[in-house]
Amino acid sequence: MKRFAGWSLASPATLAVVIFLVLPVLATIITTFLTPAGPLAPYLGFFGSGFRRTVLWRTIQISLITTVIALFVGFITAYVVSRSPGWLKSILIIAAVFPLLTGVVVRSFAWMIILGKNGILNGALVGSGIIAEPMTMLYTQGAVIVAMVYLFVPLMVLTLVGVLESIPDDLIQASASLGAKPMATFTQVILPLAVPGLIVGAVLVFTGSFTAYATPQLLGGESQMVMGTLMYQQAMVTFDWVSASTIAAIMVVITIAIVLLMTRMAKRLNPMAI
Amino acid sequence: MTTKLHPALIAFTALVFVFLIGPLIIVVGAALSDTTYLTFPPQGLSLRWFENIFEISAFRRTIITSLQIAFLSTFIALLIGIPAAYALNRYRIQLPGWLSTLFVLPILVPELVLGFSLLKNVAVQFNAPIYLSLVVGHSLLVLPYVVRVISASLASFDFSIEEAAISLGSPPLKTFFTILLPNVRSGVIAAFILSFITSINDVSISIFLTGPGISTLPIQILAHMEQFFDPTVASVSVLLMALTVAVMAIVERTLGLTFLAK
Repeated sequence: MKRFAGWSLASPATLAVVIFLVLPVLATIITTFLTPAGPLAPYLGFFGSGFRRTVLWRTIQISLITTVIALFVGFITAYVVSRSPGWLKSILIIAAVFPLLTGVVVRSFAWMIILGKNGILNGALVGSGIIAEPMTMLYTQGAVIVAMVYLFVPLMVLTLVGVLESIPDDLIQASASLGAKPMATFTQVILPLAVPGLIVGAVLVFTGSFTAYATPQLLGGESQMVMGTLMYQQAMVTFDWVSASTIAAIMVVITIAIVLLMTRMAKRLNPMAI
Repeated sequence: MTTKLHPALIAFTALVFVFLIGPLIIVVGAALSDTTYLTFPPQGLSLRWFENIFEISAFRRTIITSLQIAFLSTFIALLIGIPAAYALNRYRIQLPGWLSTLFVLPILVPELVLGFSLLKNVAVQFNAPIYLSLVVGHSLLVLPYVVRVISASLASFDFSIEEAAISLGSPPLKTFFTILLPNVRSGVIAAFILSFITSINDVSISIFLTGPGISTLPIQILAHMEQFFDPTVASVSVLLMALTVAVMAIVERTLGLTFLAK
């Protein structure tokens, strides 16, 4: 009876996810194995193309660099925020939430104004005489990475503040009073306790940047094509849906593999987590 | 007593916050400029670019579409997500473990893949109207937020109160509206706001499900940017930011913003 009540309440949402997400996405993946040219042809095509391998490698590279920078910046920031007095903490959290709630397009657009040929940064550098000619900063890998870091640091900070807040001050003070140098307290007390949060943050940032569309499109353009922009181009410009589906399948597999790998790692490192 | 922080850490954090807020201030400045090109600091102050938004019919149209889609998809997600969250908490033992994983899938599966799959296997295959596909896509996108936030507020709800009401003869639906819903009110508000903001800002799903006839605001901004790189985009961005500020003010009033860090 109870089982029936539970299922009937959960069924509308369950059906919605199964019908409109699981089945369509599975269908997209399955079609890549059913092409006339043979089951693995689209994948051989993808990995056989030097250009596409470059795109995949570039996407992985951008995502890894973004994740590492966001981890570093986010961790320090979250640590300071978590140890700030109450009123300041609220202000800082608001300051981190605000960009997070501002859309990807707006946030990427901001970096276009800053990094453009006639942008603010070039203006300031030329104006102050540091460089003679405006530099090309837009449509480079660096531009994509800066904007991605900008996108994901707030997410990392918010993920880590909660984790770091739950580390009691007493523990840190005990470590210090037992003679540990600040660095030792950091590496042997704070860092290990923050590992689950760091892993969650890394997964969010890596998968987010690996599958991003708007930011690489606006700040990287054609020359910095990544998996997301390539997939869009194949689907909506070239109308090569088999190729787009193949890219979709590769993105799903890599995303899910990363999530599984990292959650397993989190469990290994901290059996109490998750 | 809080731990003493090294000055270098404090300085670094201060820089990070300049990095986080600075670009948004630049957008506001650029929107207020009197010039026909994008510049900062603004050259002369003017609101003409804000007027321009409403003179461009494509922006007027997409603002309305975006608001409609956000309301509709949030409403649908609440309608199916609240019972699901309730079932997951109340009947946890009776339901299989994978069910809660299923509701995380819309976050786990890349949005672009979901958008493309909906286009290919629903919109085109079944000749479904694009507007409807857009609503479906956005409802799925925001469903995980609804389920998670409502679950979080149900976690502290004592179900014996509800059982008491039922055993005293209150009909289930009345119990839901008079006992359960008031107790998770803050969760519903938070879920509504998160969903609404997520939907309004979405690019990755919408990019596949919008066309010449129907478009959403972020997609229209992208299209406009390809042709003109003028302060109109900055002023639309400021409108979106103003919406965010309004929403944050509501959250602050009802829940307190630190709630979002949990």
